[in-house]
Amino acid sequence: MNPARGSLLGIEHLEAAEILRLLKFARRMNPDKPRPLLKGKRVLLLFYEASTRTRSSFEIAAKSMGAHTVLIQSAGSSIEKGESLLDTGYTVRAVGADIIVIRHPNAGAPYVMAQHLDVPVINAGDGLHEHPSQALLDAYTILRNKKTFKGLQIAIVGDIFHSRVARSACHLLSKFGVKIILCGPPELVPDIATTIAPGVRVTRHIEDALRGTDVVMLLRVQKERLSGMKIDLPEYVARYQMTPARLKMAKKDAIVMHPGPIIRGLELTSEVADGTQARILEEVRNGVPTRMAILARAMGKMR
Amino acid sequence: MTSPGKNRSSLLIKGGHLIDPAARIDAPMDVLLKDGRVAEVAPPNKIKGADEKFDARGLIVAPGFIDLHAHLREPGQTHNETIATGTAAAAAGGFTSVCTMPNTVPVVDSVEWIEWLCQPERGAVVNVFAIAAATRSSKGATLTDFRALHTAGAIAVTDDGKPILEDGIMREALVLGGELNFPVVQHAEDTRMTENCSMHAGARSFRLGLRGMTAAAEASIVERDVQLAMQIPNARLHVAHLSTADALKSVRRGKRAKARVTFEVTPHHFTLTDEDMRDYDSNYKMNPPLRSASDLEAILVALADGTVDAIATDHAPHAAHEKEMEFERAAFGITGLETALALSITRLHREKRIPLARIVELFTAGPARCFDLRGRGSLVRGSVADVTVFDPKKKWTFDAAKSRSKSKNTPFDGWQLTGKVVATIVGGKIVYSA
Repeated sequence: MNPARGSLLGIEHLEAAEILRLLKFARRMNPDKPRPLLKGKRVLLLFYEASTRTRSSFEIAAKSMGAHTVLIQSAGSSIEKGESLLDTGYTVRAVGADIIVIRHPNAGAPYVMAQHLDVPVINAGDGLHEHPSQALLDAYTILRNKKTFKGLQIAIVGDIFHSRVARSACHLLSKFGVKIILCGPPELVPDIATTIAPGVRVTRHIEDALRGTDVVMLLRVQKERLSGMKIDLPEYVARYQMTPARLKMAKKDAIVMHPGPIIRGLELTSEVADGTQARILEEVRNGVPTRMAILARAMGKMR
Repeated sequence: MTSPGKNRSSLLIKGGHLIDPAARIDAPMDVLLKDGRVAEVAPPNKIKGADEKFDARGLIVAPGFIDLHAHLREPGQTHNETIATGTAAAAAGGFTSVCTMPNTVPVVDSVEWIEWLCQPERGAVVNVFAIAAATRSSKGATLTDFRALHTAGAIAVTDDGKPILEDGIMREALVLGGELNFPVVQHAEDTRMTENCSMHAGARSFRLGLRGMTAAAEASIVERDVQLAMQIPNARLHVAHLSTADALKSVRRGKRAKARVTFEVTPHHFTLTDEDMRDYDSNYKMNPPLRSASDLEAILVALADGTVDAIATDHAPHAAHEKEMEFERAAFGITGLETALALSITRLHREKRIPLARIVELFTAGPARCFDLRGRGSLVRGSVADVTVFDPKKKWTFDAAKSRSKSKNTPFDGWQLTGKVVATIVGGKIVYSA
């Protein structure tokens, strides 16, 4: 398969050097100091699934570089009438899309688009598969707080199985030698998860995950994706919820990240969410310059 | 059963090398076909006087191939395939007989539909044997009228595409099937364990974010069915498209206990693994899914050691619009009639050194035994004049666009293969020649 230049379908096949270029370029992006890199371009935001952060930050990123944006959501569009993914793709291309940003509940949906369309396709989250812009903004956030990936250890706690954020994060951080510990019950963190990238380990014990950890990433239990799986939530809270007491087991200067949406009282307490170590809103903020870089790269303007 | 008619005049297949495993023949032989039957088999140049001659020098002459498992999509899904196009593809693949699956629209669960399938208007160019649904509308609740379907010419029953899940219904089916000497064909998948799944459960499915079908979802049903077949006198169980090492263990146990258990494997399951799918290409999506390398190894062993009864295609044509979509939503299935022999020769014979005679057995005597297709699967005198002639050394490239099937959904497009069908003869009549 040969996706159009500038496409971003996932982190797995992105080279480390390219990731660093993107992160470096993102640092130079500032939505408050607009640069018309995408002047006159049309960015189609195709959202087949709910989104707050990703959608708004792609939209702001595109607009702050002078692009027009059009948002298409499954409700209220021809998608509701049964139009196929590919036909919707052909249609938005015919309308004049220069870049297609797609969020979809099925893994691989952006690949179907990229295979048949001659414009860059950006994966804004596909099913359980990848969420590359999230991994990049998380890497951006980690680098702003920790300066380097060297010697870092990250604990990712929660619903790994249903998490495209976790898969993309593992691919990205593994490329830079970060030690990655996945933590949660077997239903949510299957042993097979260690095969996703080098340097990934699984543990069932939160203490084990936190000891010596620089970054704690928490994930939501994705109730809408459980597909018949039974999770004992009180048991989950008892064993894995991030509390101030547990957070003390991590390094003193550890930061707490969460791709959102957060569910207070479930994967974390309000004290942790609002505490001094939390970087959850900073992640959201960093989403804009990161996505500016991704869009600039899509149009060959990342120079 | 429907057949395209027989040839009254005589045809002498001359100069070829006959492989007829059921008759234990693997030698140069001439074969004379007359009045739709095999009239004589004799060493070279002994048979004189025939209306027509077929020069088979340098070629293998074998009993006509039998596919136990094909979806010809009629009635109701003619945008994917018809009996006419499906059997044309079968003829090009060397199959003289095809067993067609009942998961059509509507489901073939009545005598009327069996009769409809067998009408000459369907335009079959090879023999078509109908497999009937085991339960009404294949809903798994109430058995169909086995006796009437059997009398009407159905050769087996199945709810293929779905399993017969309920223990009680499966038991009833095997009991009744046993009384009629009627094989019950099981698509072994515990669908309670495979909801929303689109490929094999393993490292690859985790990485791709696709929900995976575990090997246990197949093996648990096969184990239950084999246990039932061991308990019920005369029960005949045929496991369709077996794909896992664990299910194979159950079948081996059943066979050792002398239960009447047979099974088939598909060319894609002995050629590809779950690691081969790239870029969410739905031409790698089928059910059962491509399995792990160790499952594939176990199947290769069973092919070589004589345990496998038949190679079947599970030919499952789908129009492009049913495939070019999100992997998880795309239809299950790939075409297979035109690549089965070449994949078998390429993978099993040339790479794994399985003798040609064993491969021929898996396409002929083996499947004929599974469904009791009398007079087929061998070329002894008096047999039906169904013959497949192929060149085991011919190298060629499969071009899906040129397939005779209405659908082009195959992962083998552009593959370089060895072994090609040269002629397919049904009832003494050449229905395909390369």
